[in-house]
Amino acid sequence: MKILVAVKQVTALDEDFVIAADGRDVDADFLIRDLNEWDDFSLEEAVKIKEASAEAVEVVVVSVGPEEADEALRKCLAKGADRAVRVWDHAVAGSDPIAIARLLAAVARLEAPDLLFAGVQSSDHGFASTGIATAGFLGWPHGAVVANLVFTPGAKSAVFRRELEGGLLHQVTIQCPAVLTIQAGINTPRYASLRSIKQAAAKPIELRSLADLAVSADDVGEGGSLSHIRRMYIPDKGRAQLIEGSAADQAKRLAEIIREFKGEA
Amino acid sequence: MGGILVIAEQRRGELRPVSLELVSAAQALRLDGDAVAVAVLAPDPARFVDPLKVAGVDEIITVQTVAAEFDPDTFESAVGALIGARHPAVVLIAHSVDSFGYAAALAAKNGFGFATDVFKVEHIDGELVATRGGYGQKVSVEVDFPGRATVLLAVRPTVFKAPDGAASPTTTTFAAPATASRALGGEFIEVSAADDVDMTSAEFILTIGRGVGEEAKIAQFRELADAVGATLGCSRPIADAGWLPKSRQVGQSGKTASACQLYIAMGVSGAIQHLAGMKHIGTIVAVNSDAGASIFGVAKYGIVGDIFEIAEELRRHF
Repeated sequence: MKILVAVKQVTALDEDFVIAADGRDVDADFLIRDLNEWDDFSLEEAVKIKEASAEAVEVVVVSVGPEEADEALRKCLAKGADRAVRVWDHAVAGSDPIAIARLLAAVARLEAPDLLFAGVQSSDHGFASTGIATAGFLGWPHGAVVANLVFTPGAKSAVFRRELEGGLLHQVTIQCPAVLTIQAGINTPRYASLRSIKQAAAKPIELRSLADLAVSADDVGEGGSLSHIRRMYIPDKGRAQLIEGSAADQAKRLAEIIREFKGEA
Repeated sequence: MGGILVIAEQRRGELRPVSLELVSAAQALRLDGDAVAVAVLAPDPARFVDPLKVAGVDEIITVQTVAAEFDPDTFESAVGALIGARHPAVVLIAHSVDSFGYAAALAAKNGFGFATDVFKVEHIDGELVATRGGYGQKVSVEVDFPGRATVLLAVRPTVFKAPDGAASPTTTTFAAPATASRALGGEFIEVSAADDVDMTSAEFILTIGRGVGEEAKIAQFRELADAVGATLGCSRPIADAGWLPKSRQVGQSGKTASACQLYIAMGVSGAIQHLAGMKHIGTIVAVNSDAGASIFGVAKYGIVGDIFEIAEELRRHF
């Protein structure tokens, strides 16, 4: 019994950042990397299933990314993943979520998990596409925005609730193996202990090349993507009218706005 | 063949408002001679025909499904077959929980050009260009789709305004292939109002976000909300952490603040799902220490400052 958890090392921006010379991305010097917030929840969900299971469950994390992604994978190892796999090749640079999904599907074929988890979306680009595109390549049943999951290792199906708009849940019974995208808030992710962080630092990260996965270089990178970035730019800053002055001045104006609304002004 | 195909979205017998917004988005892409067809998938699709007779629609395609509600296998197969039969240049769907469940798989399997959470669509020098946000909405990204005969775009809700006026489109039936669903939908469950608060009827909401930092600080804002006469709401991370009940979460995935007229957001950076649920509100005041927070993009008034300091000062006035 195995659960494969796809994770992403996301990139946030420094407060002051500049667009790269080619106008198609942010200058790499201004990127701050971390494990995607949603992936913390999907890893926790897998580890919870493992801990509650009578039979042995292996939790394998996989990420597509350059060496820096090892940091995210080690975080997952420290929080209870058993193995970590990283896929990279220079040809992968510039991949959109679909090209990434093609690689994740290839890893899933080798690992043959019972469930594959991915975050609903990533905090940096919010495509909300990678997990479900992976299911598409695999031809597996899939469900998105899972806010509650009941699965007993070994079972042929799982029951989950997908979180709809407007505070509504929809219960679904899905056949396994399946791909589920996990919503933030489904559980409370644990903190890694210092001891487990130290142990994770010593664990190997298994590297997979395009050849290992039998994926052609033409099917990844920009050529293997379904969209192409023309231009990235900093949009005009918001239209908010700024209330200036000291905190006391600002609060005074806010109080006026509240009184105007309540018809007391 | 070309033309634009819009996939309407319905749930539990109701057409979702984004369906009509997609019709407006289609107008922005309409080239000479392009027809706009709207397909609706449901066990009883005929009931949605009248609500879809809006300006800009040339044809309504009804697709009868066996599944009572959305299920990924049914939608993938039916929408895939419809695209295969019609060869539209552009397919517009909502960037919604339902489309999260099938659009990427459909695009991946068929090699359609594909972009999600698109808030602007246009033709530039004859090329279809879609614009979306990147790096937590701090940048805008223009993407195109070289060599793709069909492009599938998931359009962000609440960006386009539903068309004014009616039309008399033709109605066509499309027979979807039979599909065995491997993910069977069952009951719907309302997230219960644990503390009996109804965010949908609140006219004045004071919302706190991640900037509040720790659970112990919640009480201060609860007291402030009471003092100024606002209903206390929160953004997703606060509800996820269990600091406030889920019934107080506002934004697209939480309760919609549909009656709200004054909205004060303190320490809410403005995740796109939160902002999308707030767009209709007349007066939004954002208080945030980060001048670059995306919430300032939708707020009417902005206060760049420390939320605790502002809260304390504001309390003195009530």
